[in-house]
Amino acid sequence: MTEPKTEAAHGHAGGARARPDGLTPSQTVGPFFLDGLLRPDTRRNVLVVPETSGVRIRIEGRVLDGDGAPVPDALIEVWQADADGHYCQPDDASVIPGNVPVFIGFGRAGTDNAGTFWFETIKPGAVPYDGDSTQAPHIGVIVGARGLLNHLVTRLYFADEPANERDPVLARVPAERRGTLLGRPGAAEGQAVYRWDIILHGVGETVFFNV
Amino acid sequence: MSTTTIGAIVRGDREVFPPYLYSAYRSTVKRAPSQPLVDVPLTITELTGPGAVISAVMTEDADLTRNAGTGGEAIGQRVIVTGRVMDEHGRPVPHTLLEIWQANAAGRYIHRNDQWPGPLDPNFLGIGRCLTDANGDYRFLTIRPGAYPWKNHPNAWRPAHIHFSLLGPSWVSRLVTQMYFPDDPLHARDPIFAAVPEAARSRLIAAYDHDVTEAEWALGWRWDIVLHGPRATPFEAPTAATTDGQGARSAPGAPGVDGTTGSEVGG
Repeated sequence: MTEPKTEAAHGHAGGARARPDGLTPSQTVGPFFLDGLLRPDTRRNVLVVPETSGVRIRIEGRVLDGDGAPVPDALIEVWQADADGHYCQPDDASVIPGNVPVFIGFGRAGTDNAGTFWFETIKPGAVPYDGDSTQAPHIGVIVGARGLLNHLVTRLYFADEPANERDPVLARVPAERRGTLLGRPGAAEGQAVYRWDIILHGVGETVFFNV
Repeated sequence: MSTTTIGAIVRGDREVFPPYLYSAYRSTVKRAPSQPLVDVPLTITELTGPGAVISAVMTEDADLTRNAGTGGEAIGQRVIVTGRVMDEHGRPVPHTLLEIWQANAAGRYIHRNDQWPGPLDPNFLGIGRCLTDANGDYRFLTIRPGAYPWKNHPNAWRPAHIHFSLLGPSWVSRLVTQMYFPDDPLHARDPIFAAVPEAARSRLIAAYDHDVTEAEWALGWRWDIVLHGPRATPFEAPTAATTDGQGARSAPGAPGVDGTTGSEVGG
């Protein structure tokens, strides 16, 4: 094998290229992402380690299509703040190679044959909005699947959270559809569980955002 | 191809991104949302992201011809796929995670649900990953994937493609897409590719680059990827947002209101 060429050898070293034509379009994740995206170290149903502070919660739900049929090949990703409302950022001093932070706040899972997904995490704190105002505790959620040419973006809120009344994002959602974003509290084996189904199409369709 | 219903619900710029409903791609029909997407402000949740911390990427992960762990080499035309990850202003996106997956040279995936009688290659997993360098550049060594049949319509074949997943610097940068090779007669017959607005389709096609090709080793393809930047304006420092309200809503790629009216067009 020859030595790999450096970028400098063919004139692409450093600096900005011409302003690009525009964004790269999305395409579906398709049916075969399992091996590529849900590897042992990138399948992240469990977001916590023993040292993570905060109230442990389990999130559990199903992804359903327009017939109410389970979607067995969905990819779910979540992004959330820690219990203090702080998002872990790559430039945080705590996030360096070999020093895994006790809470990153990113989860990734696939649905099973029943369309079910789950995460073990902590309830996030309220996070800043603008000025002194805050957003109610919530988890950012992305859904990809065969048949979704672009991923869907939504949020999970907690039905038993009084701060929902003042949340600036929920306020944009038509009142009669807000319930689709609320995880319903329950308990299983002493642990708090929030149940939340994602309905892609039709009756009870989950609210998705244009972001 | 039969008449296709193209939905009006699109996330992001409708001149760039495919609609959720594109009935020629049958799986969209029961999975596309039917209600308008809700416009919401970009907040700290959308303007931050997990970065590359989610996995320990090793150099070998970017060589799909040898990363099966068998000691053997994948069968097929060896190709280098390289390019730069940028934001919409042309600024490189460094140290971001790319994850790819693809069929083997015969068009077969290792996934259990891919059961067509194309041969498997024991030396090819079809998965790879790497981080962009400080210039935003990535580089994979792999084999050129084959086309493969699917059951969307009679005698349906997907054009050769490589799936790409990028986390980018923030939640709004997340992109899952596919890279294609030029001059493939299957492009025009593929509803997944054709669902992208025509003017933007060429952005999914890699360019042959003889400067990338290595003598007596591998053919070179160049494909740049442009992500939604973490900030709405070009000159703000890409630091973690503390607050961000409605002022950020002017971000490109996140326009206006979606409707629910589909239109019938030939396709």
